[in-house]
Amino acid sequence: MGKLLEVNNLSISFTQYVQGLNRHDLKVISDLSLDIEESEIVAVLGSSGSGKSLLAHTILGILPYNAHVTGEVKYKGEVLDQDKKEKIRGKEICLIPQSVNFLDPLMKVSQQAVGECKDDDERKEKKLKQREVFAKYGLDESVDDLYPFELSGGMARKVLLSTALLNDPDLLIADEPTPGLDSKSVEETIQDIRKLKEQGKGVLLITHEIDVALKTADRIAIFYSGYVIEINKVENFLNSENLLHPYTKALVDALPRNGFKLTEGVQPLEEVSGCPYYENCPISSDKCANNKPELIEHNGAMIRCFNFNKAVSEDSVSEEVVDGVVSEAPVEDSVSEEVIEEPITEEIAEEVNDEEANDGA
Amino acid sequence: MIKINSKKLAKFLGLKAVRLLILLIVIAAISFIMIQLSPIDPVRAYLGQRIVSQEQLAIMGEYWGTNLSLGERVMGWISTLASGSMGFSLIYRVPVTEVIVQKFTASLTLMVSSWIISGVFGFLLGVLAGAKEGTWIDKVIKTYCYILQSSPTFWIGLVLLMVFSVYLGWFPIGLSVPIGQLADTVTFWQWLHRLILPAFTLSIVGIASLTMYTRDKLINVKKSDYFLFAQARGESFWGIIKNHGIRNILIPAITIQFMSFNELFGGTILVEQVFAYPGIGQATVAAGLRSDVPLLLGIVIISTIFVFAGNLIADIIYKYVDPRLRGEDDD
Repeated sequence: MGKLLEVNNLSISFTQYVQGLNRHDLKVISDLSLDIEESEIVAVLGSSGSGKSLLAHTILGILPYNAHVTGEVKYKGEVLDQDKKEKIRGKEICLIPQSVNFLDPLMKVSQQAVGECKDDDERKEKKLKQREVFAKYGLDESVDDLYPFELSGGMARKVLLSTALLNDPDLLIADEPTPGLDSKSVEETIQDIRKLKEQGKGVLLITHEIDVALKTADRIAIFYSGYVIEINKVENFLNSENLLHPYTKALVDALPRNGFKLTEGVQPLEEVSGCPYYENCPISSDKCANNKPELIEHNGAMIRCFNFNKAVSEDSVSEEVVDGVVSEAPVEDSVSEEVIEEPITEEIAEEVNDEEANDGA
Repeated sequence: MIKINSKKLAKFLGLKAVRLLILLIVIAAISFIMIQLSPIDPVRAYLGQRIVSQEQLAIMGEYWGTNLSLGERVMGWISTLASGSMGFSLIYRVPVTEVIVQKFTASLTLMVSSWIISGVFGFLLGVLAGAKEGTWIDKVIKTYCYILQSSPTFWIGLVLLMVFSVYLGWFPIGLSVPIGQLADTVTFWQWLHRLILPAFTLSIVGIASLTMYTRDKLINVKKSDYFLFAQARGESFWGIIKNHGIRNILIPAITIQFMSFNELFGGTILVEQVFAYPGIGQATVAAGLRSDVPLLLGIVIISTIFVFAGNLIADIIYKYVDPRLRGEDDD
């Protein structure tokens, strides 16, 4: 049995015009790879506004026209091109959107859940199905005739989930399903998503809330500055010792229950020539400055770091593996030459200088 | 399908009626004062070319009250108006109400037909341009709208007359009935034949603004989250435009169309002039040129009511058809 969904080396960039006619490529997602099996929940965890949703949009083929996409998306072993995406979206792959804004404000919710129909027979059939799914989530008949603005937060969430389940898809993409919800609703959402897994469905959960990811997912992919830097089983997130990437470790250690250890630094906004975490990394080496690590497999997890072994067992760095990776590393992008002077990058530069000074001392 | 909160509507209409009353009194007073301050002398206008002595003039003036103070005259005018009389037209020699009813009915067919044409075509073109944003179809429609919006109505009327009436000879040059025939002997087809060109001219100008408005609204819908979600759910592009796009832009478009009654009235005056169409527009120009004060004031009052009605309907649609607003109380 093949994987339900495979994303291989996906990169998305946008062409922007900055200061007149200077064209500038803004890379949002770089070399992203992940996979989802049946009955599995994979979370993509990254900071808000970092472009995670674009992954969902790519799979569904609803990116804006000025996006450049490279890499491939496979569904059940078949490469998805735009035509195929259009054919299966809404049927085999469904989106659970994040808020009620994704519903037409002037259409009754039952009508929206039913969606587009070819004829009256199909409409009747779908209407019955809609009633059934709504009832399953505790939405009684009075809800059918409500407009989206009349729904309470919890009802809206159930309606959105129902719309996705109406066509009995195999893969669900939940794009930030929990922002702005109270803790009880978040808990319910988590339960609802876990129930989908029990029904044999694969779920791609896109979120910036680490707790939601930890409670829901089987595996978590960490999204940092457009790169997936680590994909690991959820059990390993309980203890930072079991994690591979220094950023992931820092992230888990920063949780209040793990000691609230905060680290300095911000994610680079511009494309960098080396490892995206180089400037903030405690275990970086010279190699990391100008070479990009590839995402490689290690003990069933995926990791994008040259030196992760160093962190595991301080001195016994397996040079062979590292060298092997270096030779495969892609040539640096020419984009990095024109780094726009922004306060935030200066800040990072200062930090780096400080660190270097400390190292010297 | 549409549940209307009747109690709220009654209150709303009551308030609007009071507002209309106040508006009418103010408009009546201001337009009357302006006429009084203009060089038009109603006594002279009434007498026309007849030669009379100074004494006779004074008697006439006293009979008509032109020797009273401005304040008294305004009060007199408004109280007569309140009794339902608008006076006697000096050119047509019949009560102003009668002239207005007759002329307004003739214009109404012109205005209603062009209003419907511009509404339907403006909306459809707007939807097409918005859906096909950035393509050559959009560019053609946009260019067409800019050209129309920036050219005066009377000029478009003249161009159409030259092309269709003079060169091609498809339509008559003017008038609402063939020359030498009584209005009540005209057949429907004769009447329609003469209506087409003026109605077309009048609607062409209305199309441009509605198209641009609809296009803009649809582009906004296309950027919305619900449009994206509908796509993600596998609905077809035109299906989404139909189910979600038109649903969301129809109410604002109809509202805008009702609010354009004032432009419609203004356009009618010009178009009727160009096509010699005997409606309210021609009557307005004649009343102005030949100092027919009662008729002019009557038309001002009627046009006020007409534009007010358009805005009122727009308000009602906006407030009572949109499910997001009709439930709320606005006090």
